Amino acid sequence: MTKRLTPSVNAGSMADIAFLLLIFFLVTTTIETDYGIRRQLSPPQDDPIDTYIKEKNVLEIAINQNDELAVEGNILSVEELKNTTIAFLDNGGNASCDYCRGKNDKKSSDHPDKAVISLVSDRESSYEMYVAVQNELMEAYNELRNRESERLYGVSYEVIKQNLNSNSPSEKHLARERMLKIQSLYPEKISETSLTR
Amino acid sequence: MAKLKNRKKINTPEISTASLPDIVFMLLFFFMVATVMRKNTLMIENRLPSANQVEKLDTKNLIMNVYVGRPSSRYRNVGSEARIQLNDKFAEVKDIKAFIMAERASKTESLRPFLITSLKIDKEIRMGLVGDIKKELKEVNALKINYTTRLKDGSNSNK
Repeated sequence: MTKRLTPSVNAGSMADIAFLLLIFFLVTTTIETDYGIRRQLSPPQDDPIDTYIKEKNVLEIAINQNDELAVEGNILSVEELKNTTIAFLDNGGNASCDYCRGKNDKKSSDHPDKAVISLVSDRESSYEMYVAVQNELMEAYNELRNRESERLYGVSYEVIKQNLNSNSPSEKHLARERMLKIQSLYPEKISETSLTR
Repeated sequence: MAKLKNRKKINTPEISTASLPDIVFMLLFFFMVATVMRKNTLMIENRLPSANQVEKLDTKNLIMNVYVGRPSSRYRNVGSEARIQLNDKFAEVKDIKAFIMAERASKTESLRPFLITSLKIDKEIRMGLVGDIKKELKEVNALKINYTTRLKDGSNSNK
């Protein structure tokens, strides 16, 4: 009885086929993920609400058409903005803030909860400058939050944020609770206006 | 004997290519898993500004991309003014609302609250246009936005 052999498939061109597919995927796909500064826009309001904010509780940041930065009327470089913002937020002017370590300057903000940053950008200012300013502001907030987080929980705010994506539900829940707590200590209050001339 | 030995060519041993398909397939699967399909071809110049206090945008299917920049050299026929690009097409500021609505409609109801608008804006763009875009986004209640940036060196970001 003759053995029936199935004819073997020639696998020599397998590599070519695989290469073809590989190159297709290399060309049509991207590996990079995007990074960015996250912001929450304020919901649209039909009629402006009159709110009364003391002038000392507002840090006025303005960008003009030549991409120059002014804080409370004084021209400042972008690198100095972070420390100015920290000093403003962390001031604790009326001693009601027990975790602030600022100078308790009566002329600056009362409490981080009340401190508002007002960012006015000219229509002709560049987006690069705007992002640089936003970045400095985020850096200021993150530094303060890191400090409080280290004090309260012994871990930095960044670690807490990373734990939000952890696999264990209990850890996730804890991280979420801590994050909200720290955000409530230094809430982001940034008002943005675009200046039209 | 000596003659025979001399005549024999010294062959370099052949490398077996039998495992080549396996290696290539391995690479192929790696790329298939680790990458995502490129969605848009850019028709504008898009040099993003850099920042270091950034967050990762990892849920690709929840992101709506709005590109802004000057038309790149191939598309100079539309002028050199800054333009918005939505889904492979040049658009006007007023088209953003329709774009957001269409993107929302294409997602399931449970995902809609988590949609993020990623603003990929060239760093040379004036803030006036950016402000107009933000105003449009506010009006359709697309409040979660992300200024997409490049990662600056020496970052202490939360990656």
